[in-house]
Amino acid sequence: MSDIFSLPVVIGILTSAIRLATPYLYAAIGEAFAQTSGVVNLGVDGIMLVGAYSAFFVALNTGNLWLGMLAAMVVGLLMGLLMSLISVTLKAEQGISGIGLHLFGLGLSSLLFKVTIGTVKTIVGFQPVKLPLLGDIPIIGEIFFQHSLPVYGAFLLVPLAWWVMEKTTWGLKIKSVGQNPAAADSLGVSVNRVRYFSVCLGGVLAGVAGASLSIALLNLFQENLTAGQGFIAVALVYFGGWKPLGIMAGALLFSTVNAFQLWMQVLGVKIPSDIAVMLPYLLTIAALAVTVNRARQPAALNKPFERGES
Amino acid sequence: MAPRISRLPRRPALDWKDIGFRALLPALAVLAALLIGAVMLVLLKANPFAAYAAMIGGALGDVSGLTQSLVKATPLLLVGLGIVIAFRASVINIGGEGQIIVGALMSTWFSLTFRDWPGWLLIPATMLSGFVAGAVWGFIPGILKARLGVNEILSTVMMNAIGLQLMNSLLRGPLMDPEAVANRTFLAQSARLPEQVWLPRLVPQTLLHSGALIALVLAVLAYVFLWRTTIGYRIRAVGLNPDASRYAGIRVPIYQALALTLAGGFAGLAGVVEVIGVHHRLLEGITSGYGFSGIVAALFGSLHPIGAIPASFLFGSLLVGADKMQRAVQVPSALVDTLLGIVVLFVVGSSLWSRRRAARRVSVTAESEEAGA
Repeated sequence: MSDIFSLPVVIGILTSAIRLATPYLYAAIGEAFAQTSGVVNLGVDGIMLVGAYSAFFVALNTGNLWLGMLAAMVVGLLMGLLMSLISVTLKAEQGISGIGLHLFGLGLSSLLFKVTIGTVKTIVGFQPVKLPLLGDIPIIGEIFFQHSLPVYGAFLLVPLAWWVMEKTTWGLKIKSVGQNPAAADSLGVSVNRVRYFSVCLGGVLAGVAGASLSIALLNLFQENLTAGQGFIAVALVYFGGWKPLGIMAGALLFSTVNAFQLWMQVLGVKIPSDIAVMLPYLLTIAALAVTVNRARQPAALNKPFERGES
Repeated sequence: MAPRISRLPRRPALDWKDIGFRALLPALAVLAALLIGAVMLVLLKANPFAAYAAMIGGALGDVSGLTQSLVKATPLLLVGLGIVIAFRASVINIGGEGQIIVGALMSTWFSLTFRDWPGWLLIPATMLSGFVAGAVWGFIPGILKARLGVNEILSTVMMNAIGLQLMNSLLRGPLMDPEAVANRTFLAQSARLPEQVWLPRLVPQTLLHSGALIALVLAVLAYVFLWRTTIGYRIRAVGLNPDASRYAGIRVPIYQALALTLAGGFAGLAGVVEVIGVHHRLLEGITSGYGFSGIVAALFGSLHPIGAIPASFLFGSLLVGADKMQRAVQVPSALVDTLLGIVVLFVVGSSLWSRRRAARRVSVTAESEEAGA
């Protein structure tokens, strides 16, 4: 048992934790934008799947990883448009719309995978880039500064999202539309346009989240590659109280527990690993139960906006 | 002078025009989805007519297809009934998958443990055990929502993941078939269940089991429960107007938790009938995604227990047809999964029109009543 907590293993766990947080960060921050504007998009997992597929397919056939990333973003945008059309323009019940979007993405990505790729193949994905100077710091450098570019991107997104949300007019508009759409509308803010923008931004980021799985972390595609990670990302938005920093804390907590149980399996620690696999989910439920604070929730969350209704 | 209520309003006669309209939208949604499917088939270089012919013929054309469709409709209906009850209390149960799993797990363990019991006792006891297990899996998110305000959509998703991991580890451990251990195949499945717990077959030489009848009876019971009992009335009241319900002294969170618990129980039963009706053992992938497609069936049946019956049959036959189509024209059955998603999007997307129509009808009725008074 003593070797479980040896230095190389601890470094290994923490390095994996940083890596594994990547898809959660992209997807959850994207979802935070959508929810702050008042739209719960439960279809994140479906968007991630088609994003992951598109990125993998394009990268496999062109050899260009950036083209793959671009493809995932475009497909994510299209899925975001579809979700906006149904939940904003057609004012459909958001929970069910999201489930429909998830089923659609799950089916479509499986279908396209079977037709165009067929068997599970691997590609050479984004390679780790050791940052100059920082990467040479012992231990810290190994944990934080020897990752692939999409991993750095995910962590750079956190301050960027905070800045957009807190310091720009757009962020203010998104928040106002989520808090009090009628008031925002009366001040000349187009509620629908802001919601379209936010949901589509969420879609693009969910696409990137999927791509980060298929061409940066796992470097393969198979049916249901995400295995529900998109739903966890949605949970992380609640956990993080709709704040990028809180979301990052949640994503890291979750990915650390996950990395820990993966390493337990690798090291062959038999009995606890069965329970350890469930740990991240138990933890999320516990975290949701502890952190629920209804006051912080965007007031118009899950409510379609119609002029003349208060 | 204040209006005096001289008599209770009569229950309105069945409004066939309204029922027709409500059935029309979903039918159009399926038609539109099939059209999109046809375009996709053309893109996949398959003949859409041949594909759909194989699908419909395979699902409905002979005894084998028809009974298979009914077998798949059974868990869809059971899950769907739970979704309907939850939805009526305006809670969304995404936890069907996990609830099916624990229902299946519990019924497997129960019937293997009490294998000496006679069938007339073992079958109902096993079903009850699975119902209770599913209900517990629904109760946990329910009580978390009622007491702590935890979003049920997220907690049920987590409960799905926990249920799945639980099954995986049990099937690779204590529940693994001793034979698979003995001949070292280590297949992740349970031992075969004792024969007296197998649900009787309705049509010999087919998979159609009496679980289908049980599901039908439960659909009627669910209708009676929701529309003819006080608890059912309160569940619906909570869903229609939580604020008014609160004023009326109904404890809204408790009824929402109850609805989720019942939804879990129904999904748990779906797991039971899959185990004791179809496979006679617990296998990986026991849910076949019914936890999600049951939502589609419920939604499609206008969130009404009776409406869920034809809806489940429709989707059961779609799933069977998808397999037949895959074999006939070599198009992956995932095409149908995609179409299911599109159907959901169309149905919820078109609800705007049915809501507007309902609003229009209410105002028209009110005017005509005023005029008549």
